[in-house]
Formats: sequence, structure tokens, C-alpha cells
Amino acid sequence: MSAKLTYDSINVGDTLPLLELPPLSRTTLALYAGASGDHNPMHIDSDFARAAGMPDVFAHGMLSMAWLGRLLTNWAPQRDLREFSVRFSAITHVGERIVCKGRVADKLERDGEPLLRIVMTTSNEKGEVKLTGEAFIAVPRQ
Amino acid sequence: MLDQSLIGHKFASHSAVVEAGRLRLFAKSTGETRPEYIDEAAARAAGHPSLPAPPTFSACLYLDHSDIFGWLGTLGVDVGQILHGAQSFRYLAQVYAGDCLTFTSRIEDVMSKRGGALIFLVRETDVDNQAGVRVAEVRSTIVVRGSK
Repeated sequence: MSAKLTYDSINVGDTLPLLELPPLSRTTLALYAGASGDHNPMHIDSDFARAAGMPDVFAHGMLSMAWLGRLLTNWAPQRDLREFSVRFSAITHVGERIVCKGRVADKLERDGEPLLRIVMTTSNEKGEVKLTGEAFIAVPRQ
Repeated sequence: MLDQSLIGHKFASHSAVVEAGRLRLFAKSTGETRPEYIDEAAARAAGHPSLPAPPTFSACLYLDHSDIFGWLGTLGVDVGQILHGAQSFRYLAQVYAGDCLTFTSRIEDVMSKRGGALIFLVRETDVDNQAGVRVAEVRSTIVVRGSK
């Protein structure tokens, strides 16, 4: 984890360290299916996915959200995470090299607690956005 | 029928234990390698009572026992019609290996878009631990395509 985050030391526009993932493999999808309990064959069985009209298996949406969770907890202690939300906008395909990015969009106070609002994306090597996310993280004032 | 009459539908609540081995598999599958998420001694050294569950993990335990797909099936929805539209978590307390979580969920909203071609179902789930402490409130938006 980086140096201690404080409300006063962080500026709107500051960026989180990138999280760069290796090209998405079928092995990762199989492992995530087991770990997550999401056994939908669309994510692990290429024959099933093709029969359903997809070019191949593709990532679980919640796997991408878990990557954004890593982006956040690499930067701030997890106990300070107050809210975390995503919208799934495009499919993440096998072989794509995903990068997770985040930046400080706002500094605010809620119920007397200083908070940072973080906006995030996952995108592929062409810059196509797959997920957009938002998080609120509590920070000490100084 | 997927319509507003479903708002307020309550699902039977269920409980599940957060297992350390499951957390390690979750870490492996998501590429997490930091010791505090995979090694109990490292977690304690970092000030945790045991392995912390990562931010999205509770949704996995929910899925294990949820009959959301069976319920949608009784409404004529096939699994191939379902997309995950959005997901959010509000955190109230940290979850650790060994905790037993109870999930209680309900349909919070139903919206029809594009003349009914897309139906949005919003499910809200309260997650409480074994001490009765609310640890998270989870909102999941499911999109059903081409329903009749």
C-alpha cells in the first residue's frame, strides 16, 4: 500500500496506480466460476457459448468488478471502503488485456466523515470501456 | 409476468459460512497475491482477526444458495435472456473467514424500457453476520431481454 491517504493530501484528479491484467484466459474463467459459484456455462463452455450465438466464452461481470475491487484495495485499506458500484457496459472477451483505472472525482463530507469519490473503468488494449465504477472511501482529514 | 406486481416480492433468507479455502480460491481466480488476503498469519499481522473477504465476495455466497434463476424460470425467463446490468455494495462492517452471513432479499423495483424489450429487475439484499450486525446492503440490477 502507498503512503497514508488523507483528505488534505489528496486532490481531485489524482489517479490511482493502474492495475494491469494478463490476457484473459479460459483457465481464469474456470477458476472464477468455481470460486464465485457462478456456473453459468456461457462463461466456461465454448460449445455452449457458440450455440447461444456468442463467438466464445466471456468474462463474468463480477470478475471485472473484483478486479476493480483490487484496484481500490491496492490503494486504500478495505475497511475504509464505504460504497462500491459498477455498471456493466460491454463484454470482456477471452484474450483481451484489461487495464483498471481510477481517479479521485470528488472530495466530500457525509455525516461528518471525509470521503473521496473515486471513478473507475476497465478497458481493453484498444481503450474500449467494459465497466464503469464508482466508490466512496473514508479518509482521515490529516 | 415481469411487471410492477413483483415489487416487494421477498425471497426466503439463507445463511452461509465464509470459508478460508474459498477466499483463497477467490484470490487466485482474481489475481490477488497480497499475503493478507491468502495467508492467515499475514492477515493477523495486518490487524485482521482472520482472512478478510474481498469487497465483492459476499455476492458469491449469495449466489450459492439463491434461487433467483429458478424463480425467474417460473416467470418464463430463460437463463440466456438474462444480463447483469449493474451491481452495488454499501459496506457497514468488514467480513472475515469464519463469519456466517445471512442474506435476505427482495425485489425493490421493476422497470420496462424500449417498449418492454428490456425489463430491469432491481433486487436488494441485506447481509447480516452471526452477531446480527448488518455488514452490507447489496443491490443487483438484472436485465431480461425479449420477455413476453
